[in-house]
Amino acid sequence: MTNEALAQYANLSLYSAMAVFTLAMLGYATYLAGLVPQRDRGAASLAREDAREDALVAAGVASGPASRETLAGAAPVEAGAAEDGAVPERARKAAGIAGTLTWLGGFLLVLSAVLRGASVHRWPLGNMFEFAVVGAMFTVLAFCVWSTRRDLRWLGLFVIAPVLLTLGLAITVWYTEAAELLPSLKSVWLAIHVTVATLSVGLFAIAASATAIYLVKDALQRSGRRSILDRFPAAPAIERLAYSLHIVAFPLWTFTLIAGAIWARQAWGAYWNWDPKEVWTFVIWVVYAAYLHARATSGWSRQSANYIALAGWGCIIINYTVVNVFFVSQHSYSGL
Amino acid sequence: MADIAQPTLGARGWLRWMWRQLTSMRTALFLLLLLAIGAVPGSIWPQRSIDAARTADYIAQHATLGPWLDRLGFFEVYASPWFAAIYLLLFISLVGCVLPRTRVHWRAMRSQPPRAPGRLERLAAHTEREVGGSPEQVLAAARAELKDKRFRVHGHDQESLSSERGYLKETGNLVFHLSLILVIIGVAVGHLFGWKGDVIVPVGQGFANTLSRYDTFSPGPWVDPQDLSPFSLTMDRLDATFEENVTGRGQFGQPRDFTAHVTATDEPGAAPREETIKVNHPLEMDGASVFLLGNGYAPVITVRDKDGDVVYRDATPFLAQDNNYKSVGAVKVSGATPQQLGFFGLFLPTAVITQESGPSSIFPDAKKPALALGLYEGELFPEGRPQSVYTLDTEKLTQIKNAKGTDALRIWLEPGQTFELPGDRGSITFEGVERFAGLSVRSDPGKELTLASALLALAGLITSLVVRRRRVFVRVSPGTAPGRTVVSVGGMAKGDDDTLAEVVEEILGAVERRMGTPR
Repeated sequence: MTNEALAQYANLSLYSAMAVFTLAMLGYATYLAGLVPQRDRGAASLAREDAREDALVAAGVASGPASRETLAGAAPVEAGAAEDGAVPERARKAAGIAGTLTWLGGFLLVLSAVLRGASVHRWPLGNMFEFAVVGAMFTVLAFCVWSTRRDLRWLGLFVIAPVLLTLGLAITVWYTEAAELLPSLKSVWLAIHVTVATLSVGLFAIAASATAIYLVKDALQRSGRRSILDRFPAAPAIERLAYSLHIVAFPLWTFTLIAGAIWARQAWGAYWNWDPKEVWTFVIWVVYAAYLHARATSGWSRQSANYIALAGWGCIIINYTVVNVFFVSQHSYSGL
Repeated sequence: MADIAQPTLGARGWLRWMWRQLTSMRTALFLLLLLAIGAVPGSIWPQRSIDAARTADYIAQHATLGPWLDRLGFFEVYASPWFAAIYLLLFISLVGCVLPRTRVHWRAMRSQPPRAPGRLERLAAHTEREVGGSPEQVLAAARAELKDKRFRVHGHDQESLSSERGYLKETGNLVFHLSLILVIIGVAVGHLFGWKGDVIVPVGQGFANTLSRYDTFSPGPWVDPQDLSPFSLTMDRLDATFEENVTGRGQFGQPRDFTAHVTATDEPGAAPREETIKVNHPLEMDGASVFLLGNGYAPVITVRDKDGDVVYRDATPFLAQDNNYKSVGAVKVSGATPQQLGFFGLFLPTAVITQESGPSSIFPDAKKPALALGLYEGELFPEGRPQSVYTLDTEKLTQIKNAKGTDALRIWLEPGQTFELPGDRGSITFEGVERFAGLSVRSDPGKELTLASALLALAGLITSLVVRRRRVFVRVSPGTAPGRTVVSVGGMAKGDDDTLAEVVEEILGAVERRMGTPR
C-alpha cells in the first residue's frame, strides 16, 4: 500500500530543497566572485576596499575556524582563503547565507527521503530516483558536517552545483512513482548495502570535486597563469583534503562490495555472479585501490594518482547511469 | 670497440630481474588497472555463464564480429585465459611484495626505533624550547610522556630518545593484502567443491536431492555427484502477488511477493517439517541451500484418445517470456496412437488477442488464463536426442491443419474447456492452472572462508588507513643557565600526517608541564 499524499509531500520537499540549493549556489558563486583579486574588479572600488581592510582582517580572525590557535600542521588548509588580502564582507556574508541554506536544503532532502519512505512503508532506496535523492542528501550532509570543522566555502559551489544537477535529473528523467519493492529487494540488506553505497558515493562526489579543483589549480600554477584558484587553499592542501575523503569512502565502498555479496547469496544463490553491476562495483573498487597505491608510491606523481581518482569517479558515473539503464543486469531496479 | 665489458645476466639473473619487475609497485599498479579494464567487456557483452541463450543470439546476429569476439573469449571473460593471466600475475606480484614486507615488519616490530638524526630541525615537524631541570630529568620526563602516548621508546645515547608508534598501520596493511589471498583461496574452494542444480517443481509434486532429478546440474571438478545429501522437498503451495494498485510507469504488474510453502525431509525416514522459501530467504538444508529463483505456470492438461482413455495428464510447466508471464511450452504425448502428438504454444495468464501482436498477456497473475496451441504429429524424440521440455523438435513432425485444411490448426482453451482434435485423434482438456517453482539448489563450501577473509581484509584496510605511523625524537642540551635545558623535539611520519606538528608540540608542552614550567 502506498500513501499518495505523503509521496506528494516528499516531492514538494524535494522541490523546496532544489529552490534552496539554487539560492545556496548563488551565494557560493557570489563568494567566489568576491575572491577575484581586487585589481581585476576595477580601480574605483579599490579605495573603499582598502579602507575596510583592517576591520575585515580583524573580523576574519574572529570568525572562522582559523581563530583557533593555528598550529603549523593545520595551517595550510586554512591559510589560502585568508591570505593575500581579506575577503570582502559581502562575499563572506554570501558564503555564510549559502552555508545556512545548504544545511536547510540538506534537511529538506532528509525530510523528502523520510516522507518517501513513509509513503511506501519501506526504506527509500528502491529505484534510481530514490538513489539519486539519498545520494545527494548524503553529499550535502557530509559537506555540511565537514564544513563545521574546516573552511570549505571555496568548495561550496562545486558541491552544490552537481547536487542540483543530480536532483534535476532525478525528478525529471528518473522519476518513479512511489511503490512497493520487487521481492528480491525486500531484505534488511537493502538498508545496509544500498545505504552504505550511496553514502560512499556521496563522499566520493565531494572528493572528486576537490580532486578536479586540485588538478586544475596545479596545472594553472605550473603554467604560471593567475586565476581565482590562487585564492583557494594551497594545491597540496586541497589534494590532502581529497585524499582524506577518499580514505573514508574507500572502506565504505569495500563494505558495500562485501554486503552486496552477502545479499547476492541470499537473493540469487551465489555471492558473486559477474552481474554487470557487480563487475562495475568491482572495477570502481580496483580503480580507487590503484589510486591509493599510486599515491603511496614515490615513483608516481601526485597528479597521475589524482587522475586515477577522477577515473574512479568516472566509473561511478557510468555505473550509475549507463549500467543501470542500458545493461542487462539482475540489478535492474532503475524503475525506468 | 669490441671490448666493452657488458655485464652478463645468467638464467638466474634474468629470473631475478623478472621477479623484481613483477613484484614492483609499478607493475602491480599496471596490473590493477588492467584488471579493471579487463573486467569491463564482461559487463558489455552477454556472458555464456550467465545467459547462454542471449550469447548465442548475439553471435548469430553479428556474423562477422561475433565469432571473433568468441575466439578472444569476450563471451566468457571471467573464465578466459587472458583474464586469468591478469589476476594470477597480480596475485603473484602481491605475494612477492607482501611476503618480504611481512618479514621486514616482523623484524621492525621486534627491534628498537633507530638513532635520532643529527639535526632534528630538518624533520617534517620540529619544535624547541628551554625548560627547567637537568638534561637527565628532562629526558626522563620525555620518556614517561612518550610511554603514556604509547610510543615505543629507546635511548641510544645520554642526550636523545628515539620513539615510534603506529606499527599497527603496517600490520593492518599486510593483513589486508594477505586476506585478499585468502579470499581467492575461498573462491577456489567454492569452485572446486561447490555445485549447483536447477529444478522445476510444480505445486503438488516433490523433489529429491539426487543427480537424476535435476534439470541442469553443474558440479565443481572435485565433486562426486553421486554423493549428495539425501534430503527431499514437497511443493505444497506457491503464493505470488503482483502490483495491482499503483499504475505509474514501470510499476503496474511488478512482482511483489513470492512464497513457496514446502514440506522438507532431511533424509528418508526423518520427520518432515513445514518450511517456506522466499526470494531473499533460502531454505538451508544439510550441505546445500535451496533458493527460489523462478516461478511460472504449469497448466494441468489432459489428453484423451478417440475412445476417451487418458493418454496424458500432467501439470505442464510453461516458461515465462516477459513480465506478464506470456509463456511458451510443449505437451509431448508420447503414448498417443497411431502417431505421437506434440502440442506447442503459449500459456497466457491474463489473455487478450490483439491485431498487432496476436495472443498476449496483459497481467502476470492468472486473471483470465488461456492456452493457445498448435498441434504436430509424428516422432517426438528423433534418435533420442536431448531436447528442451519447452519446445518440440519438429524434424520428424508434421503440423496438423484445421478441419477445412486451409490453415494450421489453432486451439484456444480456457480452464475447463475441451477441444476435439480433428481426424479421430482424440481430445485435449485444459483442467486448470497450477504454479511451478524454479528452485536452485547450491552448495559452496568456500563461502565462509571467503566472507571471513573479506571482513578481515576490511578490518586490515581500516586499520592501515586510520592508524598513523610516527617517529618522534627528543634531544636535550644544556641551557643558558645551570638547571636549564634546551629540549628539541622532532617528528617524522610515514605518508601524509596533518597533525604531526600538533603532536610534536603537544609532547614538548607535556614535558614542560612535567618539569613544572608552565608556558
